[in-house]
Amino acid sequence: MTLDDTDRLILNTLQEGFPITPNPFEDVALQLGITEAQLLSRLKAMKEARVITRFGPFFDAAAMGGAFCLCAMSVPERAFDDIVATVNAYPEVAHNYQRTHDLNMWFVLATETEAEIAEVAHEIESETGIKVLLFPKLQEFFIGFRVAA
Amino acid sequence: MTLDPTDRAIITATQSGLPLVSRPYAQIATDLGLDEGDLCNRMRAMQANGVIRRIAVAPNHYALGMTANGMSVWDVDDNRVAELGQRVGNLEFVSHCYERPRALPDWPYNLFAMIHGTSCDQVEALRADVAAILGDACRGNDILYSTRILKKTGLRLRRQKG
Repeated sequence: MTLDDTDRLILNTLQEGFPITPNPFEDVALQLGITEAQLLSRLKAMKEARVITRFGPFFDAAAMGGAFCLCAMSVPERAFDDIVATVNAYPEVAHNYQRTHDLNMWFVLATETEAEIAEVAHEIESETGIKVLLFPKLQEFFIGFRVAA
Repeated sequence: MTLDPTDRAIITATQSGLPLVSRPYAQIATDLGLDEGDLCNRMRAMQANGVIRRIAVAPNHYALGMTANGMSVWDVDDNRVAELGQRVGNLEFVSHCYERPRALPDWPYNLFAMIHGTSCDQVEALRADVAAILGDACRGNDILYSTRILKKTGLRLRRQKG
């Protein structure tokens, strides 16, 4: 899909936030100088074309319950695919990426409780024979990430 | 903050997104058997205490040409990491920014910032911008590019035990 200036304005504006009011699309449309119907149809089109990944509230993952921890392992190249299969078989492994570093496997553990993070990490270590380094977040910084559309 | 069952129901109902209709909050309230005003007040309260970070559009940054990203990692003076981490997080090309523990001797880095750009060259240039902000409070840094997604499942609200 080709984006026009109005689509870009919508994307840039709605990355900043969206009001909690009875007619929020009408409020935003007024601010943008378009009609509510135009705003809604453009948002639908961009969502269908997957230009918009998601539109709605972004929740603090920890506040939603559960514990999360970034983990890393240094996996020998020749054993890599086998270790991937072993690690990915754990339902607690939410994302897993291969990265360019001696620590070449990075994944997020998501569990119900904090205690389970260490338990699952220990199980993975026992099963693979490879140390699992834990990088829990100590502090999260406010994010100013915006994609200029 | 403790979320009551109604708050959790609101999270479940909205975590895949808001409906694209004229009165989205009224529709969610109806679906949940709540009053629209009550739902809006609860969402405002969750936004005020940080359970809701913000309500916004997440553009597909790949579709908009931002196809390169790297996990930049920095060894920053512990006394300054709070202040400097906030400045790095505020950069518009950084999508995640955390202080994490070092794992010495293997891993000396305590600040993690995900940098996005339209090319690897641009990501490297942006990495230099971060280095300039950190200045002499930073003793070393590296950047890790992902070469393969090995698994990707969404983080979803888990059922509460008991």
